[in-house]
Amino acid sequence: MTKLAKVIGINTYQISNKSPDMSSRIDHSSVKTSQLMSEHLISVSTNEDQQSFSELFNYFAPRIRIYFLRNGVDATKVEDLIQETFATIWVKAYQYDRQRSTVSTWIFTIARNLRIDAFRREKYPEYDPLDPAFQPSQLGDGEQEMEVVEREKAIRTALTELSQDQYDILQLSYFEGHSYSEIAVRLGIPLGTVKSRARLAFGKLRSVLGKQREEL
Amino acid sequence: MISIRHHIGDDLMLAYAAGTLDEATSILVATHLALCPICRKETEIAETLGGIFLEDTSNLQTTNTDIGFVPKSTPIAQETVAPTVMRTFVLPKPLRRYTGGDVQELAWKSIGGKIRQFPIETKDKSTTARLLSIPASKGVPDHGHRGFEATLVLSGSFYDRDSWYRRGDISIADPTVIHHPAAGPEEDCICLVVTNARLKFMSILPRLFQWLNGI
Repeated sequence: MTKLAKVIGINTYQISNKSPDMSSRIDHSSVKTSQLMSEHLISVSTNEDQQSFSELFNYFAPRIRIYFLRNGVDATKVEDLIQETFATIWVKAYQYDRQRSTVSTWIFTIARNLRIDAFRREKYPEYDPLDPAFQPSQLGDGEQEMEVVEREKAIRTALTELSQDQYDILQLSYFEGHSYSEIAVRLGIPLGTVKSRARLAFGKLRSVLGKQREEL
Repeated sequence: MISIRHHIGDDLMLAYAAGTLDEATSILVATHLALCPICRKETEIAETLGGIFLEDTSNLQTTNTDIGFVPKSTPIAQETVAPTVMRTFVLPKPLRRYTGGDVQELAWKSIGGKIRQFPIETKDKSTTARLLSIPASKGVPDHGHRGFEATLVLSGSFYDRDSWYRRGDISIADPTVIHHPAAGPEEDCICLVVTNARLKFMSILPRLFQWLNGI
């Protein structure tokens, strides 16, 4: 039994890899996958559905592994951190709100936080919507699930339209966990240039989303 | 309802969403997010980038990884929304988790001129965070910066470089700025200050206090 399993009180034993790796069969850029994963996660949350949990695991675990490795997580600790990620997904599934984010974004934030916690031995500072000091949105935070999925699709398209320079900064930052100053050193460019590329890139995504909103 | 006029800015927001921001500044951003629905929305959009990069990862190895555990069928820890005491807090939760309590429960220390501070312990020492309490209408001595300084107002207000800052507002000063912010007259101003280098006070007395108090 791993340390983590003891902490959250789950049985551990190796299960045979019965279900085939779904990731090879799924067209992962499709809106359909997004909805399928959302249904799996909701099924975990409402029915404690282990089969759905396996589907999520098969699809996301190899991706999360690469994320952790690219972020410089020690190879010997990666498996533990993946397990911890999925244990967190299981425990927090009820908090998932399909009107606020897609499953991949929600899982990204969990993996991101655990990576930081592992490095700093501290919890990543996060806001809590149940905090009495929390200021709720008057407009309502929620969008329709379809809008969230469409938003992701629009951002995905906008990403392909960025210059290579801008795209690289976002990828080094979001997928490889490099700070702006690390990126500046790595690319041999001034810190100010890194920041302005990131701002410009995000500005373009924002304007695409603005247009999308007008069209809806 | 508070209306925030001075937001985090893209640099800090994007770095927070990517998870590449130092600990002290992350506390400042998370605290602002607790108070600002507009920046929460922006952060969600930025986090979508992370989700997309995660999902579109290429070179996936065919893996033999097993789940390694099977979740027991009971542990979904439904957090009971506890409407216990209807208490209001000056410090949002991301800060309370570090301070252990709200403003009136903290062991503030005087740093001279009736200004009080409460240092916030972080594991990551690259940047430091502290709460400052400045008496109403009182100015902070003239100072410049060797590095970056971000200030988030939690109660009261302060005036700096032609703008008023109120609860939830963030003011950012870089090494080019020499300023002397002053608290508004209505009540003491409590703010969170994050710096990545020591302040440079312009006169000798504050410098002495600085030396004594390790600011």
